[in-house]
This record gives sequence, C-alpha cells and structure tokens, in this order.
Amino acid sequence: MFKGDFIQNLPKIYGTYTGGFLVFIILMALAEQAGVSAKNIGVMFVAFTVLIYALIGYLSRTIQVDAYYVAGRQVPTVFNGMATAADWMSGASFVALAGGVYFGGYTYMAFLVGWTGGYVLVATLMAPYLRKFGCYTVPDFIGTRYGGNLVRACAVFVLFIASFTYVTAQINATGTIASRALGIPFEAGVWVGLISILICSMLGGMRAVTWTQVAQYIVLIIAYLIPVFWISSNVGGGIFPHLMLGDEVARLGELEQQFGLVKNSAADMKAAGVPGGLKYISGTHSGVPEGGMAVWKYLSLAICMMVGTASLPHILMRYFTTPTVRAARKSVAWSLFFIFLLYSSAPMLATLSKLALMDPNLPTGIIGKSISEVQSIEWVQRWSEVKQVFIADFNGDGILQLNEWFMRGDVVVLATPEVAGLPFVISGLVFAGGMAAAMSTADGLVLAISNALSHDIYYKIINPKAETSKRLLVARVLLVLIGAAGAYIASFRLTSILGSVAWAFDFAMSGLFFPLVLGVWWKRATREGAIAGIIAGIVSGTVYLTWVFPKFSVPIWGGVNTPFLGIDHLRFGLIGAPICLVVMVVVSLMTKEPSPATQKLVDDTRIPTGKAILGKQH
Amino acid sequence: MSNKDAYWNKTKNHMIVTLVLWAFFSLVIFMFGSELNTMSFLGYPLAYYMTAQGSLLAFVIILFWTANKQEKIDEEHGFSEREDD
Repeated sequence: MFKGDFIQNLPKIYGTYTGGFLVFIILMALAEQAGVSAKNIGVMFVAFTVLIYALIGYLSRTIQVDAYYVAGRQVPTVFNGMATAADWMSGASFVALAGGVYFGGYTYMAFLVGWTGGYVLVATLMAPYLRKFGCYTVPDFIGTRYGGNLVRACAVFVLFIASFTYVTAQINATGTIASRALGIPFEAGVWVGLISILICSMLGGMRAVTWTQVAQYIVLIIAYLIPVFWISSNVGGGIFPHLMLGDEVARLGELEQQFGLVKNSAADMKAAGVPGGLKYISGTHSGVPEGGMAVWKYLSLAICMMVGTASLPHILMRYFTTPTVRAARKSVAWSLFFIFLLYSSAPMLATLSKLALMDPNLPTGIIGKSISEVQSIEWVQRWSEVKQVFIADFNGDGILQLNEWFMRGDVVVLATPEVAGLPFVISGLVFAGGMAAAMSTADGLVLAISNALSHDIYYKIINPKAETSKRLLVARVLLVLIGAAGAYIASFRLTSILGSVAWAFDFAMSGLFFPLVLGVWWKRATREGAIAGIIAGIVSGTVYLTWVFPKFSVPIWGGVNTPFLGIDHLRFGLIGAPICLVVMVVVSLMTKEPSPATQKLVDDTRIPTGKAILGKQH
Repeated sequence: MSNKDAYWNKTKNHMIVTLVLWAFFSLVIFMFGSELNTMSFLGYPLAYYMTAQGSLLAFVIILFWTANKQEKIDEEHGFSEREDD
C-alpha cells in the first residue's frame, strides 16, 4: 500500500482524510444538539484523531533502514512542508502563543519573527546541502564531514541536550491536554500521551512519523483557524480578521488608556493569593516600548530564536526526506507557508480575545463591570475552579480593573470560543488540535534523539558490523526508552525546573549552528576546530545559563546575578554561539588544513547533481 | 575559472542577497519600531503589523523567490536535477 502508488495518490488520500474529518466535526455538532455531554464530545474528538494517527503509524511499518531513518527519501515537497509545520508547531505554539501575545503584546511578538525568520537561514545555509550529503542524522553530517568518532559524539551530545529539553515540555503538554480532554489525572494523561506518541513512530520510524505529521497538521490547522474566523465574526471583527482588525487594535489602545496599565507589586499579589502562572495585562498591545534596551531585547530574542531554529536537529532532519536537493529548498518555503497560516492568526486571536474581555460595549466585556456580576458568569466560575483565572479586588471598590483580572495564557485559546458564544463542539476540536500539535512535535523529537543514538553511537561507533535487523531493533528500543524517560520526568512536573522551551534553541545554536554552517561554507574548517568549537560553545553557554538563571545561580554561584548586556536565560545562545565561532575558526587555522579527500567531499556537497556523499543505505 | 567555481560564486552571492533581505525584515525594521509605529498599514500601526504578520509574510515570499532563483542558477551551470527527478 505504501509504495509508488501511495505517493502518487497522496493528494487524494489526504483530501479524503480532510473531508472525513470535517464530516466528523459536523457529526459531533449534531451529537451536541442531540444532547451528548460536552465531556463525551471532548473524549470522542481526542480518541478518534489519535486512533487515526495510530492506524497510519501501523500501516507505515517498515524493515528498511532508509525508510526508517529518512522515509525512503520520497516525501513530496508540499507534504514535507506540512509534516515540518506539524513537527515545528508544538503544543506550546498551539496553546500558548496567542496567550503570549495577549499578555506580552509587541514585545512578545519577537518570538513570532524569530520562529519564522529562522527558516530563511535553514533554506540558504543548511537544508539543500545536508540533503545532498545524504546523511541520516545531523551528527551523521558532522561526523562524516569532519571525520572521526569524537566529533560525532560531541554533536550527538548537543543534539541530546537540546532535544531532550524540548521533549519533556512536549510530553508534558500532551499529558495536560489528554488529562483535560479525557478527564483523567495528569500523571495518567502523560502515559496515555506517551503511548500514542510511540504507536505513531515505533513501527515505521521516520516514514510513519512523516505520514502521521501530515495528518496532524491538517487537524491542528483546522482546529486553529475555524475558531479564529468564527470568533471574529461573532465579536464584530469582520470575516477576515487578518486584514480587518486595524480598528480593533486602535480600540485596544484607547481602552488601555481608559482603564490604565497598572503594575501590581509582588507583595500585593502574594497577599491576594494569586495562583502561580497566572498573568495580568500590564503592557500595551501594539505600542513599541521606548529605549535602546527595549530594542536590543527584541532583536536579541529574535536572533536567538532564528539561529536556534536553523540548528534544531528534529527540523533539519525533515529535509533529509525529500527526493531531490531542489525539492528540499522548495520544501522549506512550503513549511514556512504552512507555519505562517497559524502564526499570523495567533495575534488576531489575541486581539479578538482581549477586545471581547475589555470592551464594555460588547456583551462579553468584563473589565469595568462589578466583580459580583463577573463572578456569576458561567465560564468564569468554571475556569476559576481549576485555578486558571483569578480575581483580586486590590482597591476594594467592587469593580474589576484591568490589573485585577488574572488568567493563565492557555485560557486565551482554550476558553475564547466559549466566551464568544461558540458551541462546545469547537472546544472539542481545539482539544484535538492541541493534542495533534503536541504529539507531532514530541514524535519528531523522540525520533531525532533515538536515531542519533542508534545510528551515530551504536552503529557508527560501537558496532559498525551490525545487521539491519539488529540496527532497527536497537533504534526501536531506544525510542521507547527515550520516550519513557521523557514521560517519567514530565510526570513529576519537573518541567518548571528544566526550564523554558527557548532553552532548546539556545543549546542548539551554541553547539551546532557554526559547525554545520562552516562545514558547508568554509573548506578550511578542521576536525580539531569543530571539536573545540562544539565543546567551547555548549560549555560556555551552559555555564552562563547557570550564572544568569536565579534557580541555578543561587545554589551554584551563591547569589542572583544581573544579566550581562541584557542577555538573560532566554538568550544565553548569544554567549555560546559566538564563542563557538571564534574557537572553531582559531583552532581550525592553527591545525593542518583538511585532506584533499575532505575538500573534494565539501565541493561535491555544494553541487545539487551527482551522487550523494553517503550511500542510499549506510 | 571552472564551471564549478563559477556556480559556487553565483550561489554565494545569491546567499548574501537573500540574507540581506532576511536581515532587513527580521532586524533592521525593528530597530526603528517606535518610528514605524507612527505610520499605519491596513489600519494597523506599521511596526505592530510587521511583527504580527508583515515580516512573516515577507519570509515566505523570500523563500519561494530564493528557491526559484537558485534553480535558475543550477540550470545555467548544468547542475539542475530536473532530468533525474
């Protein structure tokens, strides 16, 4: 079923699938009318979609090495774009992005620019050349280009740190959504999430992950866009919010003036008992903060996210699966197009959601109303019970002020449909979308880690004579172990200690960006240079992180340190990556230039035609 | 200069042009955020529009443009994979 025919029939297959999913949504809407409870609709949405992914995973099982590692290199451009978009957009993007814009406004949107602009670097500096090289994993490129087991092992080490930081957050998100949708405890949700993730990836490796990610992209984009358009027309934002919210943004500016942007003191918030993780609006929505430091903060965050994007192995490896170098380039463009559809909608959702709550002329407005009135609203009661929203009457006037309304960022995506009066079927759809987003990213990450360990460490370093069946067995065992380790850590909710998703970008850029770029663009780069650069980059970045992040700096350095030039824990890649570059260049120039064979290998990498550097099966 | 070197020179120049465009839309315009925000586009303040949508769209367009241009460079130098697709 999954041979040549299958590839030609892809548009038909996924067209039917999309149609089927839309029919399913309509059936659920009818079920809601017929009186099926909201909870059961949520359960059916998640169960139905996860079953489909599992079925795709099962049908894509394989015993071929190149199918397991690079999906047989036959994924067409546009489909690889969708798969990459799903791989890229995590549970956090889906659930938290709009919330981030809601609270952070312009300043937070540096993330939007960073998480999209990085693809220009991927397309120009990396993807086509790595595809030509014919590697199975990112460390496979570094190990072959620079030659030697030590440099390969260094690359695997950086990959492991960056991807594992990311994967625990994803399994955590999968667990949160599974527990909310299925009504089970969080710890159980994590394991349900893990099993779903493993079913999708274990039997078919990259091939299975590719085809489930395409299916997951379709679910998540439908689940994100339908509510945005619907909410927009419900709260008077027009049918096409992306082009029509100018007045609404201006109105938010007026309302901010009218209500006043007040900063609460930490003591006040503690006294009122505001639950952890809940935020309030204290910055402007569209205003640009004044001053050179604010500009630098914006730019430095964007730079870290862009360079980090171009170094993340689970993204780069998606471009190993296209049939040609040309297709790899185009595929990056399609990836960003599919990502753009969601990312450009998040600020619109944030604007609509903010307006719905802030505008006293709208029936949904709550700011400026009496607190007792607000507390009697059904959705406020429901989300208050689970400590996702909170009201603190600081000035004791009985009226809800802007700084007295606290909310968790996720609520923007999860509750706005309800606030704007959409039927529950939409909330069920949003659960399914969030689950798809979290699962697809977790799949890609777990596979990136286990592939690097099984291919680069086990096969290339420990046992180069291993047979195919044994290699694939090791790959699968490692996949389960990595997934279980991620879930185990996630189940303890240690993620707040493990830190932010942004760290994965900083780790990757500290240790991998320059070794990858210079491997293609600078023939003089040597093995010793690469080893020294990777180690210097990752060590200096990590040491700086421990120094600047209060939770680490207090026990290790004995106090809280002021960030150097505003480079805080979200931006530590700005320390690691330049050090990596300088060390790598200096050491390369001090050591003997690479052999003619290596220089020829780089020459061949730069030309799209001709044989790949590494054979089809290696 | 061999065909390969000529190809690589063109590819390098193309890479630099692409990265200049990238830097303009991702960094340069946000250096002047507060100035740009006094102008408006589609009714949005301009800097807000660029970070919410404009720059993202610019990146998508840059990527399609750069891939097509690079394909032309491939063809000129006989390194196009068009035949063996």
